[in-house]
Amino acid sequence: MLRLARYLKPYTLMVLITIALLFVQANADLALPDYMSKIVNNGIQQGGVENAIPMAIRQSEMNRLVIFLSAENKNLVLGHYALVDKNSPDYEKYLADYTILADQPIYVRNNIDKAGIALLNPVMAKAELIVSSIEQMMADPSKAAAMGQSLGFDITKIPPGMDLFSTLPMLPSAQLEQITAGIDEKFASLGYSMTNQMAVGFVKTEYAALGLDTSQLQTNYILNTGYMMLLLSLLSVGCTIIVGFLSAKTAAGAARDMRRDVFKKVESFSNSEFDKFSTASLITRSTNDVTQIQMVVIMIMRMVFYAPIIGVGGIIRAIGKSANMWWIIAVAVITLLSLIIVVFSISLPKFKIIQKLIDRLNLVTREHLSGMMVIRAFNMQKFEEDRFDKANLDLTSNSLFIARVMVIMMPLMMLIMNGLSLGIIWVGAHQVANNTMQVGDMMAFMQYAMQIVFAFLMLSMMFIILPRASVSGGRIADVLETEPVIKDPVQPKKFPESFSGKVEFRNVSFKYPDAQEDVLHNISFTALPGQTTAFIGSTGSGKSTVVNLLPRFHEVTEGAIYVDGIDIRDVNQADLREKIGYIPQKGMLFSGTIESNLRYADENASEAAMLDAIRVSQASEFIFSKPEGMAAEISQGGSNVSGGQKQRLSIARALVKKPPIYIFDDSFSALDFKTDSALRKALKQNTGASNILIVTQRVSTIKTAEQIIVLEEGRIVGKGNHHELMDTCEPYREIALSQLSKEELS
Amino acid sequence: MSMHGGGLAGGRTSSEPAARGPMGRGGPMMMDMSKAEKPRDFKGTMLKLIKYLSSYKILIIVVMVFAIASTVASIVGPKILGKATTKLFEGVLGKIAGTSTTIDFAYIENIIIQTLSLYLVSTLFGYIQGWIMSGVSMDITYRFRKDIAAKINRMPLKYFDGTNQGEVLSRVTNDVDTLSQTLNQSMTQIITSVVTVIGVLVMMFSISWMMTLVSLLIIPLSMVIVMLIVRQSQKYFKQQQDYLGHVNGHVEEMYGGHVVMKAFSGEARSVEKFDTYNNTLYSSAWKSQFLSGMMMPVMMFIGNLGYVAVSILGGYLAIKKTITIGDIQAFIQYVRSFTQPITQLANISNVLQQTAAAAERVFEFMNEDEEIPESSEPLTLQSVNGIVEFKNVRFGYNPEKIVIKNFSAVIHPGQKIAIVGPTGAGKTTIVKLLMRFYDINSGAILVDGHNINDFTRGDLRCLFGMVLQDAWLYNGTILENIRYGRMNASDEEVYAAAKAARVDHFVRTLSDGYNLVLNEETTNISQGQMQLLTIARAFLADPSILILDEATSSVDTRTEVLIQEAMDNLMRGRTSFIIAHRLSTIRNANLILVMNEGDIVEQGSHEELLAHGGFYAELYNSQFESALVN
Repeated sequence: MLRLARYLKPYTLMVLITIALLFVQANADLALPDYMSKIVNNGIQQGGVENAIPMAIRQSEMNRLVIFLSAENKNLVLGHYALVDKNSPDYEKYLADYTILADQPIYVRNNIDKAGIALLNPVMAKAELIVSSIEQMMADPSKAAAMGQSLGFDITKIPPGMDLFSTLPMLPSAQLEQITAGIDEKFASLGYSMTNQMAVGFVKTEYAALGLDTSQLQTNYILNTGYMMLLLSLLSVGCTIIVGFLSAKTAAGAARDMRRDVFKKVESFSNSEFDKFSTASLITRSTNDVTQIQMVVIMIMRMVFYAPIIGVGGIIRAIGKSANMWWIIAVAVITLLSLIIVVFSISLPKFKIIQKLIDRLNLVTREHLSGMMVIRAFNMQKFEEDRFDKANLDLTSNSLFIARVMVIMMPLMMLIMNGLSLGIIWVGAHQVANNTMQVGDMMAFMQYAMQIVFAFLMLSMMFIILPRASVSGGRIADVLETEPVIKDPVQPKKFPESFSGKVEFRNVSFKYPDAQEDVLHNISFTALPGQTTAFIGSTGSGKSTVVNLLPRFHEVTEGAIYVDGIDIRDVNQADLREKIGYIPQKGMLFSGTIESNLRYADENASEAAMLDAIRVSQASEFIFSKPEGMAAEISQGGSNVSGGQKQRLSIARALVKKPPIYIFDDSFSALDFKTDSALRKALKQNTGASNILIVTQRVSTIKTAEQIIVLEEGRIVGKGNHHELMDTCEPYREIALSQLSKEELS
Repeated sequence: MSMHGGGLAGGRTSSEPAARGPMGRGGPMMMDMSKAEKPRDFKGTMLKLIKYLSSYKILIIVVMVFAIASTVASIVGPKILGKATTKLFEGVLGKIAGTSTTIDFAYIENIIIQTLSLYLVSTLFGYIQGWIMSGVSMDITYRFRKDIAAKINRMPLKYFDGTNQGEVLSRVTNDVDTLSQTLNQSMTQIITSVVTVIGVLVMMFSISWMMTLVSLLIIPLSMVIVMLIVRQSQKYFKQQQDYLGHVNGHVEEMYGGHVVMKAFSGEARSVEKFDTYNNTLYSSAWKSQFLSGMMMPVMMFIGNLGYVAVSILGGYLAIKKTITIGDIQAFIQYVRSFTQPITQLANISNVLQQTAAAAERVFEFMNEDEEIPESSEPLTLQSVNGIVEFKNVRFGYNPEKIVIKNFSAVIHPGQKIAIVGPTGAGKTTIVKLLMRFYDINSGAILVDGHNINDFTRGDLRCLFGMVLQDAWLYNGTILENIRYGRMNASDEEVYAAAKAARVDHFVRTLSDGYNLVLNEETTNISQGQMQLLTIARAFLADPSILILDEATSSVDTRTEVLIQEAMDNLMRGRTSFIIAHRLSTIRNANLILVMNEGDIVEQGSHEELLAHGGFYAELYNSQFESALVN
């Protein structure tokens, strides 16, 4: 995969923006449960009051608070408030909210930042709790004894009816300090969260006293929080859509570039590279593999990048909610991952077996279909059904095993997730009881836990998908990194203007790349223009290989090939092939029309030249029996014309080019004897001065050739014309005798 | 995550391991945007399918029961669990207010144990349901395949002449696989989705009708948005598929014809064409990917909308003491689990369409015409002399195009009949008629004076031995392949047949000898040797009448001599029909049938036909015409 990383380079900026946006998205997604927890904690439980710092407070009440503050804290608190009375400039404005202002002056809070809240909150909360406790005692003396004990001083000693708040300041400061210190200790045991929650009660009462609509306050708080959540959702979806856009563009763009490069590379390959990779594999590499990469790039940009961000973010936030509950998530994640690992390690090897069994089933079916006549001729239908049944049973039982292993995944995954929720509630409940956590926080924690678990799930999916993609990536990189063996020379020579077409092989040996042995040994011959040179030999004798060296489809291993006295490696491939009319063994046509196929040889060919070529190649009859004639459609690979027709069209195509050298690579094999002979007669008349090289299996085809080269196991075992070879060359005679009777040979 | 379902063991024919893997089609988050293939007759096919499934009635009912039980158990969970949270919350409030100092842990514990048991039950039932269902779907797959394989044997050869092999293959593997997978998916999903939707609705209403209505409002909204996106992206998706097809087509064509492309220096032209396709592909690819990728975030956003709405409204109602905190928690879980079954249900019609389309193709195949039934009182012969008579035979592959108009001939035991003609002249037609792969339109073919229609096909074919040009052997050992001629033959008889077919020596030089397993492409022995093995197979069958297809191409000289000898051996004393390529065969044949364009144009001995100076003479002489060129 990394070998292809350069294809992402043009899109670096997009990738970076994507990552940045994913951070934004993750934060937005993670903030949502936080706001939900605020709705529960502050909105419902605390009546919309967030902390112990009231927006406003009666002057009388403030005076009570400051009694319990040190001088330093007193300045801190009063520094955040401004006194408002009838003479203040904003009097009218504040009166609307705080009706009590008509009767008495109030303190109104200045703007305050987060740091200020953090500093001020515990200070005020404590004072508020003391004040509210004393106020409760005064209102209900029956409770006073119990409460006083908890506060650390005995209130019953004070004479009834006396205003404590006017008494307390009179006390010596040492005594007062002693009282506050005792209270401090008590609150420390309650914890910050609980102190805060309790102090909120004071603030709520104060708001009511100020004349505020507290239920409206609460509703507003919830609505405002909801509004924020909505904004966050919008932000998140916005980010995701942009990420989707960027990743689609990046992936499709990288795939386009990759596909183009692979295609260009493959087009530059010689037959050696095609043999090395195989055509089918090259097709897969240029098409499916690239598509795979495209999908994976999208997934990486949208999931692989996102999962760790949301996972880590979720963990940070979850720990922020409760530092000692992370182990529940860890247990869930570990269980889940083990489940996935176990299920996949059981099923993955089976998947490989299944692939084999599917191939087996296909094979048996294919054999059943292709051997239908034989099977019926031998009455073996039952046997075939049994054979199929065995393959079918094997496949079925293995598939069933995997299916049953895989179905366990979903229910167990659900169980783990649900168990996680249960665990959080169980442990969380105790934390809530110990005042280390609020209920809303616990609910948020549950959702963080889910987000973390999903992040791990996404990552584990990646571990299944990525290896497959990296196989595709590796296969593409292999193609891109392969340098074709055959290259144009740096300083190419040119063929002379008066080109004759003489071909000379000088001690040519050839070995396929990576092969142990040469397929051709020491081949030397000269083929002259105006003559026919034929190659014959059994399958595997190397006769086709010899002629494929001439257009440089393969490169000679030793020796050299000269055309008009110039080593073919010294000229450009295009210049060399310009001189050659090549007709392959399998007539290969391209999709288009008959005409477009003929013009493939020469785009500017005249109508007459094409008609001529058609006539010589004996193709007129079938072309002009079609209503469209030369405009008749040819489907991909020429699948809508017969083998013999394809060969004739291939020959016609080469003829359109009128090259000085022709190579017929067993190009008459699909023609019947009659057409074969008519075609060769016409060729002889039309190719006049050209150099003709023919590979064939048929002796009758080449009986008249000026030169016949007999090959056996890559060596020349005979050279001469038909009559000479009949006398001198045993292998040739064997071939000839097997095809023709003695009289016909004479 | 589409990990559900049992039919993951797909019957795909891919041999490229990297192209597809265990996870099935596509990625986990790629929504399948391709419009499902539509069946022609949805209702009819579905009825047939249901009938086919009726033998699984009880199991399917059990599956339904477990699916419902499992779903219900998992739906009740959140609501009960909510009570624990509520209790906790109340406890906390109590502490703050100072009315109580402890939280009722016994109650919470009880609730948690209750919920846990519910979840356990749900898991267990869910698994039982999956276990049974995968068994059912695998069994359906197995049965369909078995039926198709049996069906193939009952169908006339004619069907396969007109049908691509790959098509039949794809029915056995892909269609059956799609069928069982989608069946599994749709059955499970219909049950669980419907139960989930209803169950969740009930639970939601039991908490708060107001919150339920608000969250339900979101569904039509999401439907509209999803439909808008799907409509847009489908357009680009189709475009993408089209251009992917163009690109792939061009790649295949150019790589396939690489040599020709090189020979005519077509590189630049080819790359230019490729670039045009590739660029168009790019612009439709990113649009389609982008739009289909939008689906998830938009759905998530809509889910979040529901979440926010529930939070706000729930908070408001909680203040009013209409609902509890635990209810909010449960409600949020319900809203979240509501969207998935809805999307599944929306998709179910697609899945059903796919099921029906696959089922239709399979059923279509199962309903194809079968061979004409055998004669009710079949004839059995103890021994056969091998007299074959054609009486005014008239035949056409289809009734409109009669190829053999009126053919009569009598062949005596031990005679040799050569069938000649140019490529594609229909030389194998006579063979196919003789062995009743096809039935003649009128006239009669008699063996030893009996009409071949009076035999069972099996008995008739027993009379013939056949050696065809494309030697068919199967993926088994050499011994098994020869024994194919007569299954009850002893090993010694097999060796004797191999000796007679001149292949014994060769086989014994192989490393595993007769136990060598022929590989799938039969590349571990040569074409010529395959031919010899088929001759050995025919030897073992010891038929009265022989049908030989002389092969000449792609066999090396020495093997060819062996084949010639083996065939001569085999023909000794048997009536033989030879599809001839060799002049020597033709000339000493008792009767030569000359075929052209499907019809028998001439018949007679070599000398007669040459003297006649017709098509045969022309064909024969063309072999020497090269000499005349000079």
